[in-house]
Amino acid sequence: PYKVVGLEIHAQISSNSKLFSGSQVQFAAPPNSLVSFFDASLPGTLPVLNRRCVEAAVMTGLALNCSINKKSLFDRKHYFYADLPAGYQITQQRVPIAVNGSLSYSLCIDNKMSQMVTKTVRIKQIQLEQDSGKSLHDDTRSQTLVDLNRAGVGLMEVVMEPDMCCGEEAAAAVRELQLILQTLGSSQAVMSEGQLRVDANVSVHHPGEPYGVRTEVKNINSIRFLAKAVDYEIQRQIKELESGRTILNETRAFDSKLGCTVPMRDKEGKQDYRFMPEPNLPPLILYDAKSLPANMNHQQVVNIDWIHERLPDLPSVKRAKLVERYGILPEHSFTLLNEDGLSEFFEDVIKQTQMKPKKVIGWILKDLLSYLKKHSLTVKESPVSSFLLADLLNRLEEKEISSTAAKQVFAELWKGEGKTPLEIVKEKKLQLIQDQKDLEQICQTVMAIKAGNRKVLNKLIGLVQRETQGRSNPVLVKQLLEKKLSE
Amino acid sequence: MMGNTMSLVSAALKEGRVAPTELCQRCLSLIKSTKFLNAYITVAEETALKQAEESEKRYRRGQPLGVLDGIPIAVKDNFNTAGIETTCASNMLKGYISPYNATVVQKLLDQGAVLLGKTNLDEFAMGSGSTDGVFGPVRNPWSYSRQYKEKSVPKSHSEDKDSNWVITGGSSGGSAAAVSSFTCFAALGSDTGGSTRNPAAHCGVVGLKPTYGLISRHGLIPLVNSMDVPGILTRCVDDAAVVLGSLAGHDPKDSTTIQDNFKPFELSNLPDVSKLSIGIPKEYHAPGLSSEILALWSKAADLFKNAGAKVIEVSLPHTRYSIVCYHVLCTAEVASNMARFDGLEYGHRSDMNKSTESMYAATRREGFNDVVRGRILSGNYFMLKQNYENYFIKAQKVRRLIANDFVKVFGSGVDILLTPTTLSDAVPYTEFIKEDNRTRSAQDDILTQAANMAGLPAINVPTALSERGLPVGLQFIGRSFQEKQLLTVAKWFEKQVKFPTIQLEEVKRHDHGVFQHQKSASFL
Repeated sequence: PYKVVGLEIHAQISSNSKLFSGSQVQFAAPPNSLVSFFDASLPGTLPVLNRRCVEAAVMTGLALNCSINKKSLFDRKHYFYADLPAGYQITQQRVPIAVNGSLSYSLCIDNKMSQMVTKTVRIKQIQLEQDSGKSLHDDTRSQTLVDLNRAGVGLMEVVMEPDMCCGEEAAAAVRELQLILQTLGSSQAVMSEGQLRVDANVSVHHPGEPYGVRTEVKNINSIRFLAKAVDYEIQRQIKELESGRTILNETRAFDSKLGCTVPMRDKEGKQDYRFMPEPNLPPLILYDAKSLPANMNHQQVVNIDWIHERLPDLPSVKRAKLVERYGILPEHSFTLLNEDGLSEFFEDVIKQTQMKPKKVIGWILKDLLSYLKKHSLTVKESPVSSFLLADLLNRLEEKEISSTAAKQVFAELWKGEGKTPLEIVKEKKLQLIQDQKDLEQICQTVMAIKAGNRKVLNKLIGLVQRETQGRSNPVLVKQLLEKKLSE
Repeated sequence: MMGNTMSLVSAALKEGRVAPTELCQRCLSLIKSTKFLNAYITVAEETALKQAEESEKRYRRGQPLGVLDGIPIAVKDNFNTAGIETTCASNMLKGYISPYNATVVQKLLDQGAVLLGKTNLDEFAMGSGSTDGVFGPVRNPWSYSRQYKEKSVPKSHSEDKDSNWVITGGSSGGSAAAVSSFTCFAALGSDTGGSTRNPAAHCGVVGLKPTYGLISRHGLIPLVNSMDVPGILTRCVDDAAVVLGSLAGHDPKDSTTIQDNFKPFELSNLPDVSKLSIGIPKEYHAPGLSSEILALWSKAADLFKNAGAKVIEVSLPHTRYSIVCYHVLCTAEVASNMARFDGLEYGHRSDMNKSTESMYAATRREGFNDVVRGRILSGNYFMLKQNYENYFIKAQKVRRLIANDFVKVFGSGVDILLTPTTLSDAVPYTEFIKEDNRTRSAQDDILTQAANMAGLPAINVPTALSERGLPVGLQFIGRSFQEKQLLTVAKWFEKQVKFPTIQLEEVKRHDHGVFQHQKSASFL
C-alpha cells in the first residue's frame, strides 16, 4: 500500500517580543511574569503587529521557495480553553503570508551513509499565528494551573503536503527545516524547548485508489520520536485495514514510552471554529522594490526584495560549497552541518593545518565526533579545540608521530588537562624513531633473534630496561620477549 | 455657571472668577441631588477633587494645560479607567478595576480634565434606551423639566408624579443625562449604531459620532470593532470641536486609526453655508417617523435654502437593509468579543467548579443579561461554517452597498446630509419596556445605523421641543474625515434654532445666578 505522510509544523519565532504585544519572549521564566494586558485578554486591549515576526515569516517563505503574498489577512479562530484567554486565536486562515513552496532534503539509501538521495516535499503555506499559554492539570487537587507566558508568542505554521512516505522521510524533512530556520535565525527551532512542534497526518491506500482516511498524530517531542510515531501509525493502519476494520478520522497521541499511538481524549465531536476576519488588524501589505511608494516611511514597511538580498547561505548551499572547496563527500557535508558548530570547527582546523581536507575530515567525523557523542557533548563543549587538533594533525603530517600514536595523543588531549600535543608526545615517548642508524640496529637485532641468536635477547632486555628507565621486571620482560619473538 | 459652555467656563477659570475645586464641588453636589436620574454608576469623588486641586495649582502658576484644564467631565462605563471601577453595567464586570486608562481617557486627563465618574448605559452598550443595565435604567432629565411638566396632563392626583418619566435613549444614556443635567461639561459615549446620537437627541444635547479611525478605540470595551467609535456629548457644537481636537489622531496602540496627522480646528463664529449643497435622503422618511419631526426636518431644509445653500433630495437606496445587515454583523462580532469573558483572568467567576467547562457556562450565564446572551447565540449561529457564506459574507457585501450609496451621493456634489435623528421624542419608560430590546433597537437605530456601516461622521444637533415639551434633534452626516465642515454646518444650524435651556429645579438651586438663558422655543 501507499503510505502518505503530511506534516503541520509550528515554529516559534525568535523575537524579543510577542506577535501582537510588547511583552517579552523567554523560555522558562517564572509563571505569568511575561504577560501584557493584551495577552491576558483584558477587555478593551487591541493587537499591534510585530514587524520582526513578519520579517521572520518572509525570510522563511523565501528560503522555502514560496510566493510571498503581498496582501495577507488575519482571522479569529474560536474555541474555549483555559490556555486561550480571549476565547479565540488570531491566525491567518483565508490568505496566509506565504504559499506554494518546496523543501529539498536528503536520505541515505543504506545504513553506511555512502549513498544519498534527494527528495522534495511541497510546502502548502506558511501562516503567522499566536501561540497559546500552557495549562497543567493537577488531578490530585482537581485544579488546572494556567501559565500565560507563552500566550501570544509568534508562531509560523508550516504546512507540508503529504508527499512523504515514512518516518525516515518525515524526520529528514523536519531536520532540514530545522537547520534552515536556525540558519535564518527566524526560529531557534529547539524541539525540547517547544520551539518546534510537529504534528503528523498519516494515511494509507492502495495504488490507484483514492487516499485513505487520515489520522493526526500529536505529542511528538523529538525528531527520533517523529520517525517512530509515523512508522508505528502506518503499521497500525495497515493492520487495521487488513483485519477488515476501518480507520477513524481522529487525533492520536504518541506515547514515547510504549512506542505507539493512542487515541486522544475526545474533544466532543468536530469543532466548528467559526472563523471570522480579525477586525482590529488591517490587511498586511508587503512591498517589493517595484511596488514600494517613494515617500513611504522605512519603519512602516517590509520590503520583500530587501530581505531576499540579505538571506544567508542556506544549508544546501553551504554543503555544496564545502564539497566543492574541500573535496569531501556529500554525505560528509551532511554530517558536518547536522552537528551544531561542527562545520565551523572543521574549517578552523583546515586553516591551521597543512593536512589535506580529505584527511582532516576523517579526524573530525570519526574521532572528534565519536568522542563528542560518547560523552554527550556539543562541539562548543569540546575539550579539544580546533587549535589543538590542528597542532596534532601537523605533527602527524610532519611525520613526528605515527597515526596510531596520534590517536593516543588525541585520547590524552580529550582529558582536557591543558597539555599540548608536543608535551604529550614527549611524556609518553611516542615520537617516531626516525634515525636511520637506530632503526637499522633494531631491525638487525630482531632479524638475529629470529635467526635463533639468543644472545641478542639480552640486548633486547637491555633496550627495554633503558626505555623503562630500569623499572621493568627483567624476568617478566624476558618471558614477554620470548613469547613475542616466537609469534 | 453650570449652564455655561466649556469655552466660557474655561475663560472664567483662567481669569480666576471661579476655581477648579469650586467647580468640581458644585458638580459633585449636583450629581448627588440628581441621583434619581441614575446617570452615574460610579462617582470618583476623591480622585476628582485631587485632579481639581492639581488644576488649581496650575492656574495659580498661570500654566494651565489648555482649554480642558479643570473642566469636569464624565465617561461612559465601557471605557477603561485605571483605579476606577469599569462595569459596562454588567454583572460580569461588577467590581472590575482596570489597570489602564483608555487612550481617550488618558488624553483628557493629560489635558487636565477632571474625571467626575462613570456613566450608566445598557449592558455592554447593547440597547437603545439605557434601560437594560444591571444598575437600572437612566431617567431623562427632561422628565423633571418645567417644560415637560407644563405639557403633561396629570392623570390623577394620587398618581406618582414620577411614574411617567421618559427614557434617555441609548446606549450612552448616562452620559447624555449627565451633560443635559449640567453635572459635567462634556461626556464620552460610544456609538456603534447610534448610541451617542440617539440619547443626545432625546436629552437635548450635541452628540458627535466621529469618522471611524479618527479617534482611538484602545481601552473602549468593544461591541462591534468594525463600527464602534468613541462619541462626544456636549451642550454646544463649539465644545464638541474642542473635545474632538484633544482626542483625535493616530494611536499606535490602535491599528485601525489613520496615520495622517490631525489638525485641531476652531470653528468660525460666522459660519457660512451659502456655498454648500445639502442632501435630503428620501429613505430617511422612515415608517413611524412622527409628523412633528417630519415638519421640523422640512423647516430645517427651508432654513438652509433661505441661507443660499443648495438643498436637493437624494437617494440612499440600500438604507432599508441596514438594520438586518447590522443585526448579522453586530451579533457575530459580539459573539467573538464576549468569548473572553470566561471568569478565568478577571471579572465574575461562578462558584461552579465541577469542571472548567461547567465553570465557563455558569459564569457566562450568571454574568450576562438576556440581551447579551441572545446576541452571542445569534452571532455564533451566523458564524457556523454552514451559515457563514449566507449570512456573514452576505451582510459584508450589503454593508459595502450601503457604504457605496454614500460614496455616490457625496461624489455627486452633496456636501452634507440632513436627516432626523430619531423617529419621535423620548417615550415614557413604562411604554418603552413593553417591547423587547431587540425590537426597540431595530426601530430606534434606523436613522443612525447606516453612518456606522459607512464609517462616516455624524452629529445630532438639538433643534426644538416637541408638543410634549421634550427635545427633538436633527442629524447631519458628513464626508469621511471632514469633521470641520460637518461641525461648521452644525454650528450654523445651532445658532439658527436657538434650542431652549432645560429648566431644572435642582440646577437652579445649585447655581448662584450666572445662568445663560436662551430664548425659548424660537424655532417652531
